Amino acid sequence: MKSSTIDKKALYTYLEEIKDPEVPVLSIIDLGIVRDIQLNDDELEVTITPTYTGCPAMDMIAAAIRVELSTLGFKKINIINSISPAWTTDWMSEEGKRKLKEYGIAPPNPKQQACSDRLFAPDEAVQCPLCNSFHTHRVSEFGSTACKALYQCDDCKEPFDYFKCH
Amino acid sequence: MSALIDYTLHLADNTLILGQRNAEWCGHGPVLEQDIAITNISLDLIGQARSFYQYAAELKADGSTEDSLAYLRTERDFKNCLLVEQPNGDWAQTMLRQFLFSCYQFFLYQQLQHHTDTRVAAIAEKSLKEVRYHLRWSSEWVIRLGDGTEESHNRMLKAIDELWRYTGELFIPVAYETETGIKFTSLKEAGLNNIRIVFNEATLPVPENVYMQTGGKTGVHTEHLGFILTELQYVQRAYPGSEW
Repeated sequence: MKSSTIDKKALYTYLEEIKDPEVPVLSIIDLGIVRDIQLNDDELEVTITPTYTGCPAMDMIAAAIRVELSTLGFKKINIINSISPAWTTDWMSEEGKRKLKEYGIAPPNPKQQACSDRLFAPDEAVQCPLCNSFHTHRVSEFGSTACKALYQCDDCKEPFDYFKCH
Repeated sequence: MSALIDYTLHLADNTLILGQRNAEWCGHGPVLEQDIAITNISLDLIGQARSFYQYAAELKADGSTEDSLAYLRTERDFKNCLLVEQPNGDWAQTMLRQFLFSCYQFFLYQQLQHHTDTRVAAIAEKSLKEVRYHLRWSSEWVIRLGDGTEESHNRMLKAIDELWRYTGELFIPVAYETETGIKFTSLKEAGLNNIRIVFNEATLPVPENVYMQTGGKTGVHTEHLGFILTELQYVQRAYPGSEW
């Protein structure tokens, strides 16, 4: 395939192939990490944004984008790492949330419902991804990666990750 | 320009050194969940440090990189405040250090996100979301321990006695901070006000008339920083240019 025949929309489809190395069920499009694509002849500019500043996956993701797009014949690929506006879980696609739940990770609640600054605030009502019960409790505000918290279901007893609202 | 470079390095050094200190807890936390929490915070702080070092390296434009700035400078070049280099001590001391620093960062970054330098503003805006989380978590720990048992209360008192003397320097601008546009008076007011609310809830006294140590921001450190850098920089010093 020649790079000149590809339009912007198709490029997003190609980038769907690139998964988050920490949550391999989500593509970088689902996560809302890809902010913009600019296409000028053979030159391509992709703007990405990190979920958290310390996210160790960003270098891998940038490399994967480069590989994926160079196989399409693009010679000049410029990847811009932009941090403003700051990433928020509200940018995660509905499709992404569905995939997360299927994978066993509770998807983030909408931001306006959560993200409270209040001390000792009651736990967010997080739905168990396995049995759909809302009788769950937070085990820890921090989990296996920066973007997750640990929860447990009080009904089916399953411990699970919650992709916390950010 | 040189003031902006120094200020950016100061912001980077603050977060790198506290990130390194918190990382010392890895595998040693009181329970697994809190071990994970403190190292998560460490990762956030090191991520913020990277953003600031990358910018400082671009501004310097002398071949510096984020790595050379972190791994190849000596104590006198480091501009972090004294608070972040203090030893972990017990969990109470680590929690108090995190709370005092997060509280300072929270109000500082609120100002910095409107900074005239758009890059500094963007890093502050991004980091603020993480700092908000750190502040809430560490505030709860200060309250839990201060208003906990006699033992935990006494440990918090000891931690305050140990760390309070390093809080003064945060609000006294040094030369490279004078042009930043930061309103130090309102920063101090907001910070102290928040500390008062949390300490009050924690049944802990806010110290008064304490002699304040200064010097970190201009490279005059306590003896602890040398030991931190020895560990942090060992691999690059022993095997120059080595990569993962």
